[in-house]
Amino acid sequence: MAKRIEVSDLNIYYGNFLAVEGVNVSIEPRSITALIGPSGCGKSTFLRSLNRMHEVLPGARVEGKVVMDGQDLYGSDVDPVDVRRQIGMVFQRPNPFPTMSIYDNVIAGNRLNSKRMKKSETDELVERSLRGANLWNEVKDRLDRPGSGLSGGQQQRLCIARAIAVEPDVLLMDEPCSALDPISTLAIEDLMAELKERFTIVIVTHNMQQAARVSEQTGFFNLNGVGQPGRLIEFNPTEKIFSNPDQKATEDYISGRFG
Amino acid sequence: MTATKAPTEPPSQQRVVRRPGDRVFAGAARGSGIFILLVLAGVAAFLISEALPALTASSEEIPGGEGLGSYVWPLIVGTLLGAVIALVVATPLAVGIALYITYYAPRRIAAAMGYVIDLLAAIPSVVYGFWGLAVLAPKLVPFHQWTADNLSWIPLFAGPASASGRTMLTVGLVLAVMILPIISAIAREVFSQAPALHREAALALGATRWEMIKMAVLPYGKSGVIAGAMLGLGRALGETMAVAIILSGGGAATINLITSSNPSTIASNIALRFPEATGLGVNTLIASGLVLFVITLAVNMLARWVVNRRADFSGAN
Amino acid sequence: MSTDTQSAPQLSAPQPGPVRVERRLPRFAPLGLFVLGIVLGAALSAATGFSVTSTVVYGVVLGTLLVYVGTRAVEGRRKATDRLVTCLVTTAFGIAMIPLISLVYTVLDKGLARFDGDFFGMSMFRIVGEGGGAYHAILGTLIITLVATIISVPIGLFTAIYLVEYGTGRLKKAITFFVDVMTGIPSIVAGLFAFALFTLLFGNDFRAGIMGAVALSVLMIPVVVRSCEEVLKLVPNELREASYALGVPKWRTVVKVVLPTAIAGLGTGITLSVARVVGETAPLLITVGLITGTNLNPFDGRMATLPVFAFYQLTQPGTATQAFLDRAWTAALVLIIFVMALNILARLISRFFAPKTGR
Repeated sequence: MAKRIEVSDLNIYYGNFLAVEGVNVSIEPRSITALIGPSGCGKSTFLRSLNRMHEVLPGARVEGKVVMDGQDLYGSDVDPVDVRRQIGMVFQRPNPFPTMSIYDNVIAGNRLNSKRMKKSETDELVERSLRGANLWNEVKDRLDRPGSGLSGGQQQRLCIARAIAVEPDVLLMDEPCSALDPISTLAIEDLMAELKERFTIVIVTHNMQQAARVSEQTGFFNLNGVGQPGRLIEFNPTEKIFSNPDQKATEDYISGRFG
Repeated sequence: MTATKAPTEPPSQQRVVRRPGDRVFAGAARGSGIFILLVLAGVAAFLISEALPALTASSEEIPGGEGLGSYVWPLIVGTLLGAVIALVVATPLAVGIALYITYYAPRRIAAAMGYVIDLLAAIPSVVYGFWGLAVLAPKLVPFHQWTADNLSWIPLFAGPASASGRTMLTVGLVLAVMILPIISAIAREVFSQAPALHREAALALGATRWEMIKMAVLPYGKSGVIAGAMLGLGRALGETMAVAIILSGGGAATINLITSSNPSTIASNIALRFPEATGLGVNTLIASGLVLFVITLAVNMLARWVVNRRADFSGAN
Repeated sequence: MSTDTQSAPQLSAPQPGPVRVERRLPRFAPLGLFVLGIVLGAALSAATGFSVTSTVVYGVVLGTLLVYVGTRAVEGRRKATDRLVTCLVTTAFGIAMIPLISLVYTVLDKGLARFDGDFFGMSMFRIVGEGGGAYHAILGTLIITLVATIISVPIGLFTAIYLVEYGTGRLKKAITFFVDVMTGIPSIVAGLFAFALFTLLFGNDFRAGIMGAVALSVLMIPVVVRSCEEVLKLVPNELREASYALGVPKWRTVVKVVLPTAIAGLGTGITLSVARVVGETAPLLITVGLITGTNLNPFDGRMATLPVFAFYQLTQPGTATQAFLDRAWTAALVLIIFVMALNILARLISRFFAPKTGR
């Protein structure tokens, strides 16, 4: 199911402010693509534009093309809601729905859309998704408890289970481990390695070791100064980026000589 | 803003596909908001249209026979008088209460005390009228007598003192009790929002609690108190039942607070006369209601303006 | 300011230390001085013909004075001013308590006389003297308040949703501003509006409960909008984004994520707005009026309501004056009970419907 995403000449705006300029990139299916770069360089903004979450903010808009499976996601006849069903997202801070149980959180994507399902089907979906998120063994005895009662790492895996339960083609992760302790982080990284068999994964991270550990491709974003738009400076296989980058700026950033 | 380059297209919203459910729901939400604006416009329009006959009628036809102006004038004086007394009495008390609850009361019971003060706002105004008539008015009779005996050189207390206590003074005090929770609630909010940094800085300089409040809390809360007082004023101007029950009313315009022949207020005059009014009498009362509407609208808009201006400033902090 | 605390070596300090020990009154001395003032006040009051009022007035004034003078003599001017203000703000709170306690006591005292089965079981139909009750008025109040709630809650809630979820630019600003302005409309003006509206639509003699309900709605809608708006703003944006990212349309996100998350606050706010209008008298007085019998149809004819019933029982007593006054006070008592019950209900809602976070 995993799909390739082709981005061409993408400009991203907040109102009249150009936040990210001229991104051209091809994201490979069944692999993990990491986006790194300093704070405020637009990597999260770029990630959010891939499933049209960017335009949720008032005044935010995008120019250019994001093509998945031959279809432009920003085409005039495309419903952003459908895009988001195909491209799931996991956020920086775990955000399970506080009014729902663990069980209901997992099937939230279906239930909020009032999709009719048999009880046996939903049971099976919940188990499959929670197993997929490596959470099943920890929560199988308390599926009816509130999701907000779990630990931070468990909550984040619950959010991943929730995202994969709607069976998307692509999974976007916006610094999914930055609010977690090292052990939970390791659990999520292991999970990502498993998930890439089935999904195209794009992850934004501040942690360069993490990018080096988990990803096949890495993109480096940077900006020339405050108020300037962010740009994709370099996009290469992770090994190359971390050993022999094409750009001086990338090397400076990787080796900590940045800014 | 240092936007690097102008966008190539005009910054119009991209054409977004919207689901029918979204369109209906957003439309309902937007429609409700617009409906509220229409209601407010409707209040003004209907009042004007029903008041129009009284505005255009010859002065002999207006109840009292001397025209709309001389009919409404004493009522305006009465309305303002009662509200101003209430404001003068309630504001300092409300500030004291707010300070007490935010900075003096023991932490554990401060919330409960706030709740008790809020209860004052929950009591229906008709019950305040009952209490004013049955308890406060008789209790104030000696005070009325005392002011008439000793302070009659002040025009406000020229006398002769009412024997029943059903005077503008009593009304003003009841109104003061009624607007007390409104003012103190807003004062409490702004006082508790005074920046902890400033308060702690003052205390660190060795200031006593009062000096800390004077330096860090009152300057910060001043405009909030003013706005609260104006909202209270708006409430006092429009208060009906308490005035209607307590005041015997019906006198000419006077600022003498302690006689038994005070002018009534606009609101209470409407409440008392409306059920029996007919023909042009109804229109006259609605015209007076229009006057009240305009006065309270002006006071409230001014208050909101003060509040919003303050919000703009505090946002920067 | 700092010179005060740092100059002058420790004259009065028994042992040297980093903090200078100032001359201080014992901990309970200010309270003792205040009580002494009260006692003196009582004595003064007794000398001029004893009364509770004068005891309290003299006592508080003398007590405050004693605390100020005492502190000033021992601890200095700054501490004395501090204590003086403490006395003043505490007194302010005490003064505010007087009307509340007096009012509740009076209403209980006078209202319990007719707080009986007949009051809740009988109307005033064909009753001119003693007996009778407010059955018709209680039902009328419940019906009219219910109709007003049915009108106000959808409009108010949808407006709040518009302001928080959809609103942008001028329209949002205008609605926010005019909702604020609307909270200040005098209740009698709301009544006049309803009267003018229905008179224009149905003629001069039209009277029905719905007129009162419309008037109450004008008062209630802005309160509902404001409280719902505050609550909806508290719902974290993260939850909305989580829902969007699952491919849920905006309106379903609002209905199924935002509203359930805010349900406790919404329930509390709406209940309090009902409490705000249930005791309104003036708009009902000039629209719905009063009848002695029971009318349960809010769309036809006058209805009795509790506040208006109380008002007329008090101001227009018939032959058996005391019976009328008793009914008036009992009606006031029932009204207060209604309002208090709604306030307590609001607190319970906020406690029981809050999102569960326990493990």
